[in-house]
Amino acid sequence: MSSEIHARFHIDRRDFSLDVDLQLPGRGVTALFGHSGSGKTTALRAMAGLERAPGGYFAVGDEVWQDESRGLFVPPHRRSLGVVFQEASLFPHLSVRKNMEFGQKRAPTVALGPALPEIADLLGIAHLLDRSPDQLSGGERQRVAIARALLAAPKILLMDEPLAALDLKRKQEILPYLERLHRELAIPVVYVSHAPDEVARLADHLVLLDEGRVVASGALNDVLSRIDLPGAFADDAGVVIEACVAAHEADDLSRLEFPGGAIYVTRCQAAVGSWLRCRIHARDVSLALVPQVQTSILNCVAAIVVDLAPTDTPGHVLVRLDVAGEPLLARITQRSASKLDICPGLALRAQIKAVALLA
Amino acid sequence: MDSTAYSADFAAVWLTLKLATVVTLLLLVIGTPIAWWLARTRSVFKGVVGAVVALPLVLPPTVIGFYLLVVMGPHGPLGQLTQSLGLGLLPFTFPGLVIASVFYSLPFVVQPIQNAFEAIGERPLEVAATLRASPWDAFWSVAVPLAKPGFLSGAILGFAHTVGEFGIVLMIGGNIPEKTRVVSVQIYDHVEALEYAQAHWLAGGMVLFSFTVLLALYTFNPARRKTP
Repeated sequence: MSSEIHARFHIDRRDFSLDVDLQLPGRGVTALFGHSGSGKTTALRAMAGLERAPGGYFAVGDEVWQDESRGLFVPPHRRSLGVVFQEASLFPHLSVRKNMEFGQKRAPTVALGPALPEIADLLGIAHLLDRSPDQLSGGERQRVAIARALLAAPKILLMDEPLAALDLKRKQEILPYLERLHRELAIPVVYVSHAPDEVARLADHLVLLDEGRVVASGALNDVLSRIDLPGAFADDAGVVIEACVAAHEADDLSRLEFPGGAIYVTRCQAAVGSWLRCRIHARDVSLALVPQVQTSILNCVAAIVVDLAPTDTPGHVLVRLDVAGEPLLARITQRSASKLDICPGLALRAQIKAVALLA
Repeated sequence: MDSTAYSADFAAVWLTLKLATVVTLLLLVIGTPIAWWLARTRSVFKGVVGAVVALPLVLPPTVIGFYLLVVMGPHGPLGQLTQSLGLGLLPFTFPGLVIASVFYSLPFVVQPIQNAFEAIGERPLEVAATLRASPWDAFWSVAVPLAKPGFLSGAILGFAHTVGEFGIVLMIGGNIPEKTRVVSVQIYDHVEALEYAQAHWLAGGMVLFSFTVLLALYTFNPARRKTP
């Protein structure tokens, strides 16, 4: 596929090394996830050309920006990319509008980018255009920074923990805009984060990094449901399901439907027919061999055991289930696993105690 | 005190302002690239160049004056160059005075600008690069506007320091009315000739000028804005 992203970097420093070779989809949001020091930011900077990886290779679609094997290194200002840093880094001497126009007026005229009013609308900053950056809140600044990057008509958007410097309230304010971008942007986004919630909410593709190495790379749920990656998400292990709002019922519950069945959640704001992302933590899923009738747990789906593996929590195992083709993880005690004789291929019921709506 | 004495004073004031203006403009042109290089380089020569630029801060003006005389003199390399170009010799001329002053005031212009460039940090320039600004473009559209307070301080200090120099003027410029006799030298002449009244006018004017300049520098120089 020609629109793929191919990134291969090898950086050796005294206290840190990065060694990645990534093939990423040319659409959607790819999250680079890892703890601090895992090399995710360095990898992003290498993609932008801000960090030079000797011997590196980086191509987006058919544009090759770095191929040291033939001495090619395109400097950052000649790469059609947008970068959003952790701090918004708006130019303090320019108004919001001038900030947004900075990259737009430098973009080659052939690259017909989006119009400023359109992008300002998309990010909800149309009313801020004549302000100076120091009159904006942290969340507003970050939205302006995103708009500024998009207006330069990039072929790829690189975001380096754009929410990390914001408090919870600002994060909540900006996440819906990121989801909108996710839906409406035609260009691929590489999103660096160490927050499992952000990843679950925004990513389509997930790359796990640890100490400069790629531990896993694949579609979001394929990686999330891998049980052989101890410690990656630790207590946060779980999967993401996309469900359609089927109905809002009279007793303040909403019914969501996904290929594996229906689940009920506390009545949500989303309109009937819209799609939601939900996160189901492994710790909130319990297993039963026969359908339970006398239980308070509403959500119960049929599942087949795929495999199981020990977790970081002593005495517990992680069970990977197949729910009509969708993965689901359950964390149960080793004792229960033995008692129920859980083994691959076993058909059982998965009881879901809690579903976290990600919107 | 006759009117010619006053006109000599005015000539000295005029010459001083002309010298300081020319020197300040030249220093902004010469000092900016030096400050930029010093602020951004990781070269091993950074220390050496920084020390050379700072030398006038510690050396007596007579030392700099002496070496400049040697270099610009008939047997010095610069002297031979100017002679072969048919420009004659630089010592005891206004251009010679300008060159000497540029050397002597260099650190006063370079250091504030360098500090301002350093305070900008890497990030705004990286942002500019990812927004397709070439390094040259980013220098003018981001670095210079953000370093404006540093340029202001550098220009004011360079101007004021040039107005205030004495030793190097005497050595390179001598004391030629309307050519090299600046205010500080004129005051010296007045005192030598026991013309205290005239010395008072000029000396008091210098104090007032210097105080005003420094007051402006410390009062109006905006505190570095927080980078959003």
